[in-house]
Amino acid sequence: MSAQFRQDFAVIANWIPFGAKVLDLGCEDGSLLKFLERSLEVKSYGIEKDDIHWLNTLKQGLNVIQMDLESGLSGFESQSFDVVVLSQTLQAMRNTEKIVQEMLRVGKEAIVTFPNFGYWRHRIQLIQGQMPVSKALPYAWYNTPNIHLCTIKDFDEFCIQHKIGIKERLILTHGKPIHIMPNLLGALAMYRLVSK
Amino acid sequence: MGEKNSVGIVKAKLAHFTKPLKLTSGKKLPSYELAYETYGKLNAKKNNAVLICHALSGNHHVAGRYKKDDKYPGWWDNLIGPGKPLDTQRFFVIGVNNLGGCHGSSGSKSIHPKTKKPWGSDFPIVTVEDWVNAQKALMDELGIKTLAAVIGGSLGGMQAIQWALSFPKHIRHAIVIAAAPNLTAQNVAFNEVARQAIITDPDFYNGNYYRYKKKPKCGLRIARMLGHITYLSDDAMGIKFGRKLKNKKIEYSFGVNFEMESYLHHQGDKFAEEFDANTYLRMTRALDYFDPAKDYQGNLSKAFKKVEAEFLVVSFTSDWRFSPQRSKEIVKALLDNELTVSYAEVTAKHGHDAFLMMDPHYRSILTTYFKKISDQL
Repeated sequence: MSAQFRQDFAVIANWIPFGAKVLDLGCEDGSLLKFLERSLEVKSYGIEKDDIHWLNTLKQGLNVIQMDLESGLSGFESQSFDVVVLSQTLQAMRNTEKIVQEMLRVGKEAIVTFPNFGYWRHRIQLIQGQMPVSKALPYAWYNTPNIHLCTIKDFDEFCIQHKIGIKERLILTHGKPIHIMPNLLGALAMYRLVSK
Repeated sequence: MGEKNSVGIVKAKLAHFTKPLKLTSGKKLPSYELAYETYGKLNAKKNNAVLICHALSGNHHVAGRYKKDDKYPGWWDNLIGPGKPLDTQRFFVIGVNNLGGCHGSSGSKSIHPKTKKPWGSDFPIVTVEDWVNAQKALMDELGIKTLAAVIGGSLGGMQAIQWALSFPKHIRHAIVIAAAPNLTAQNVAFNEVARQAIITDPDFYNGNYYRYKKKPKCGLRIARMLGHITYLSDDAMGIKFGRKLKNKKIEYSFGVNFEMESYLHHQGDKFAEEFDANTYLRMTRALDYFDPAKDYQGNLSKAFKKVEAEFLVVSFTSDWRFSPQRSKEIVKALLDNELTVSYAEVTAKHGHDAFLMMDPHYRSILTTYFKKISDQL
């Protein structure tokens, strides 16, 4: 959710073909879409609920639709996008299952990124008896929008249970890929998903 | 120059057209006139023109004043002027009174070229398509090949949509505010009650009341009062009037007891004086008939196939006459065709009328969008 924590842009761009049609759910100020438009000449649309974010996205000259993701993507035809992105918003959604299913209905592929709650720094804070606060999770327990935090292991299981195929998975800490014990050492989880 | 950011003193113009206009109904208008106003300057490339389409009771007087002491400026003066969201230092803005109107364009009230008497009931029923065709004729007359934008709220928004459908190559942006792809049954029903109030007024004389120097004021007044109820939200009415009493006590009479009644009467009386009943009938019918999807088995996405314009669609949360849901139908049809579109759902308590009020966020949206258009010129 934090604006500074955007090391994921380059990876997302790697997973999106040149000229693709991209839908960014919860696009905030449109930074990712602007980045993708510049680097990949994608045809893009953002969805944003917040007035200020919405306006900032419009100011970037991007297409932005104001709506609440919690109500699903009923205004979008099935398989009408090449890629649907949900960048560090999953953990703040109430209807988590529904939105992932909707992403894979509307998009041929989905990219989901989220802060790994199993990251060792988070675990240490919990062992010390407090709710984790970090760069990736900068909120206190009482004002956090993050209501559905999960670990990498949790999300892997979620995909199995919901018959979602993981095309690629990349775990990052400080922008560097983590291959050993990712659920412990990884701060940010990135998934490239397809329907099974 | 007086008022800050105002276009100042303006003058209405009249354009005459001698090339007959073929109407959707199959009838033909042999010749016609359109009243219009312009603000700002057409640039050398002639690509900075923005057309303002009016709603049910609007006209071509969109901004500025005719005389310094006019009580009110044009109806969308808060949008248009130097330094305003639609900046007349950048854009050439055109307001036009639609065919069938009663503010200078050809309509029932105007004189039939052959009989030299008011058209009355003989003036044909015109549609949104007909209006847009007439507006196009005016653009040709003004030497404008492509409009930078067409903007309108409510019925005006429908005209912006129609421009994108009828003349896809001649409109770059459509700004569609508090509109719908067609009317719901409930909306048609409201219109029909309004029409019945007019038609059954003993002073209506089948639409030829001009001959008798009469006006169906009672009917028009009721029609307008009904309209006003639907333009406001329950909340806005509650906040503005609540159950406040005009004279602080119950009168035990059928005269004005509540402030709400006083407001409605005032609006109705004013309107019945100024407006023409035949125009009201025709405007509501144009609303009823607008339905671009009707030739495509109700599929709006198919109807939008030929659209090339970029769209900004805006709705207001408390608008129950043209609800956000209806705007979303327009957005969906645009998305289905991979068109350039942004959609804002503005939180507002004023109901349908919110489109005429410049709340700060709504104002920012329009300012930002017009800046985008201006940057493309």
